[in-house]
Amino acid sequence: MFARVVWLVLRKDLTVEVRSLEIAYTTLFFAVSCVLVFAFALVREGRAPEDGAAGILWIAIAFAGTLALGRAFERERQSETLRALLLAPAARPAIYVGKLLGIVSLLLACEVVLVPLVALLFQAPLFAQPVWLAIVLLAGTIGFAAVGTLFAAMLVRARTRDVLLPVLLYPITVPVIIAGVRATSTLLQPELDLAGIRFWLALLGCFDVVFVTLALWTFEPLMTD
Amino acid sequence: MSPRLRPGQVDFDDLTVDDISRHFGRRRAVSHITFRVPRGIVLGLLGPNGAGKSTLLAMLATLLRPSGGRIRYGAYDAADQGAALRGAIGVLGHDLFLYPELTALENLEFFAALYGVDAPRNAAALALEQAGLADRALDLVSSFSRGMRQRVALERALIHRPRLLLLDEPFTGLDDASAAALAARFALLKQAGTIVVVATHDLDLAEGMFDHAVFLREGRMLDMIDRPSALRSTYRDVMTRRTTDVGAGFSRLNQ
Repeated sequence: MFARVVWLVLRKDLTVEVRSLEIAYTTLFFAVSCVLVFAFALVREGRAPEDGAAGILWIAIAFAGTLALGRAFERERQSETLRALLLAPAARPAIYVGKLLGIVSLLLACEVVLVPLVALLFQAPLFAQPVWLAIVLLAGTIGFAAVGTLFAAMLVRARTRDVLLPVLLYPITVPVIIAGVRATSTLLQPELDLAGIRFWLALLGCFDVVFVTLALWTFEPLMTD
Repeated sequence: MSPRLRPGQVDFDDLTVDDISRHFGRRRAVSHITFRVPRGIVLGLLGPNGAGKSTLLAMLATLLRPSGGRIRYGAYDAADQGAALRGAIGVLGHDLFLYPELTALENLEFFAALYGVDAPRNAAALALEQAGLADRALDLVSSFSRGMRQRVALERALIHRPRLLLLDEPFTGLDDASAAALAARFALLKQAGTIVVVATHDLDLAEGMFDHAVFLREGRMLDMIDRPSALRSTYRDVMTRRTTDVGAGFSRLNQ
């Protein structure tokens, strides 16, 4: 039943998004603008700063993620459909996981455009280790979205939710962003440093486990009242 | 259309609200409300804005915890039987709980599946027939009028055949024919043993629909009247009563 509810919520979110493309367009536009601004500011005479690409990629992901989280829950607020989900006899953590997977899917789709753009503008060999990069992006995105989904759901009825979400989210997800940046930087080195990548990936994995576990544990009590 | 038990769902014969209160900080939204509703009864919650009707419905729906007192669903309470109990409750809120980007059929199918209804697509199609909207099944809900959305939302609240149905302003946006259809639906639900609790301002449309009416003002229960007739004048009489007059007749509420 848990997996069924996760699938129902995920399928519903993706159907709504495919039909409107609202979140995809806005987050992508915002993320691409962010990368372009950094490119104009930092790339001089065709030469990009060393190790800049990793940081800019993760800044763009974090900003786009915040926007996606806000819009995804604004949608649930407009017709109070989040209440309808909470009223269903489904395990509330399953609803959380469904929403989380929807956000992760959207961010991964955004990253499919962002990674080549950053690689091109900052002349970064991001595709030198495509499998490792995919794992790093997935782990970092899950960690960021795990906390973000919980906070966005909690703040859905707060009047200042648009301000509060980044204020609460960024300090807590800083370790994920740092680990993501360092893991991506390691991938950009001429020599593949497997030990370094494994270390940062293990750290990202730990953050993911801690954040997802805490969110699953606290989602039900936080959403009742 | 009698309530049908699904695996893991609980059932109950009555709803007992026992001295419940709900405070938001220092503000008392609901204060010491007590009543009991058996199966097959339509109960009206009547009162002006801010009377506490929606807060009371949210507590009955298990969305809010009472600050004091308890709500019993037969032998169960929400703290023990959260998810199983929610499966026996249907809610039509003032907001309609529908996704405007989905079609009417997709909305009902989604909620039917979420409530564990067998063959959710068939159940959704049947519900749309019941609402007289079978020909609009594949249209997006965003293209519907308020009245049509209200009818879809009512079917959403009923799609899992709940024992307890909670309705907040169900007449909003309904034309006379749809309001009459809703009254007929209440009669069917009563026959099926459903407990229906309706919060409304629309006393003219609600005339003759209620078996009991609870009158609320500023979070307090002023009176509960059996088989209320001439609802508007009764409402005026009760609401103009002084708070010190309230209390007579409350003993029967617990019987």
